[in-house]
Amino acid sequence: MAHAAPRLTARRAGLVACRHCAHVWPAGTPVCGVCRASLTSRAPHSLQRVWAWWVAGVVTYIPANLFPMMKTSMLGDETASTIIGGVLDLLHHDAAFVAAVVFLASVCIPLGKFLAIAWIALALRRPAGSVPAHQLHRVHALVEFIGRWSMIDVFVVAILSALVQFSVVVSIHPGLAAISFACSVGFTMLSAQSLDPRLIYDASEQGRT
Amino acid sequence: MTSTSPDPARLVACPTCDTLFHADLLTAGRTATCSCCGTVIFAPRNGAIRTVLALAVAALVLMAVALGFPFLTMTASGLTTQASVIDAVASFAVDDMAPLSLAIGLLIVLLPSLRLCLLIYVTLPLALGRRPWPRAREAFRMNVELRPWSMAEIFMVGVAVAMVKVADMATISFGPAFWAMAAVATLLAAKDAVTCERTLWHMLRPA
Ligand SMILES: [Zn+2]
Ligand SMILES: [Zn+2]
Repeated sequence: MAHAAPRLTARRAGLVACRHCAHVWPAGTPVCGVCRASLTSRAPHSLQRVWAWWVAGVVTYIPANLFPMMKTSMLGDETASTIIGGVLDLLHHDAAFVAAVVFLASVCIPLGKFLAIAWIALALRRPAGSVPAHQLHRVHALVEFIGRWSMIDVFVVAILSALVQFSVVVSIHPGLAAISFACSVGFTMLSAQSLDPRLIYDASEQGRT
Repeated sequence: MTSTSPDPARLVACPTCDTLFHADLLTAGRTATCSCCGTVIFAPRNGAIRTVLALAVAALVLMAVALGFPFLTMTASGLTTQASVIDAVASFAVDDMAPLSLAIGLLIVLLPSLRLCLLIYVTLPLALGRRPWPRAREAFRMNVELRPWSMAEIFMVGVAVAMVKVADMATISFGPAFWAMAAVATLLAAKDAVTCERTLWHMLRPA
């Protein structure tokens, strides 16, 4: 790390900081006097909760890819399309850009998030300084910012199911994957939120206090 | 490092990395960035409270418009269907998918509206120069915590993708609710961009 002297953190000064309003209180104060949020120096069991939500996110992502995202019935024939099927369908419509957006939101971002969160959580267990804290923090911030956008495909199915209802001629219905995909996105968001970023900066300074 | 315990009232800590700073940062009136991790701790703006309040009221009014009018109309070989935002929410209510229907309703309508109501409740007395209303701090904290779960802007991108998917099957025309919802998404983003969470906390602190 580039810092010469150890940083003076709230914890080293015997204080506990509020993550909402940034005010500090003597260690052990249960509730912030400014915003009334409950105070913890570091979120308890942060990594366990990260992993629990992470596993839930990965497990629900599997059926999201196996089952159909939406079912189109056209004059009695029913065709079901998965997430990947929907992307290929867009490519056949010569909508390469939109196909890329959906592929990014439904495949790249979820998989990237699983890898990124696992990488951060594992890096926190490794000896101090193996991965610079700034890098971990930047990746965590990116995951938190971008994770919500995976929900796009669920909304696509919702609006299509509402709009395309021409009785027997053509109608679109949501498939099972819509539910498991929505759950997967939600669980992964909770996994990223469970990580207390202060642990990242603690980990980079272990053993030099 | 000093051995005497510092006075907590004179200090603030970076919410991302726990580094301590002098509370003078709050009163300096300038943007303060954490020297360790780069997190923006304070970003005060002049007159921001009135701007935030105006944006929130406008977004709430437009949200009501978006719910009351048709969203999209689709015409294909003589047949016409219309969908409102409520229809999009209710589309999962069939086929045993009611929980998802509820979740979508929360993400695109209820949570954004709730956040706007909470924010108006918090900022209206401040903009009028009055003391904060009761439980304003709880209301504001809830508004902040719900932020990632309010997805109106993501819904609008989903709508754009959906329109491409049916483009060769039918002609789509936009209803008033479409434009209202697009404006809501924009206003929500603008409102979050001008809100400095910790400056508001400073205004809400107990006297
Ligand atoms: Zn606080
Ligand atoms: Zn910091």
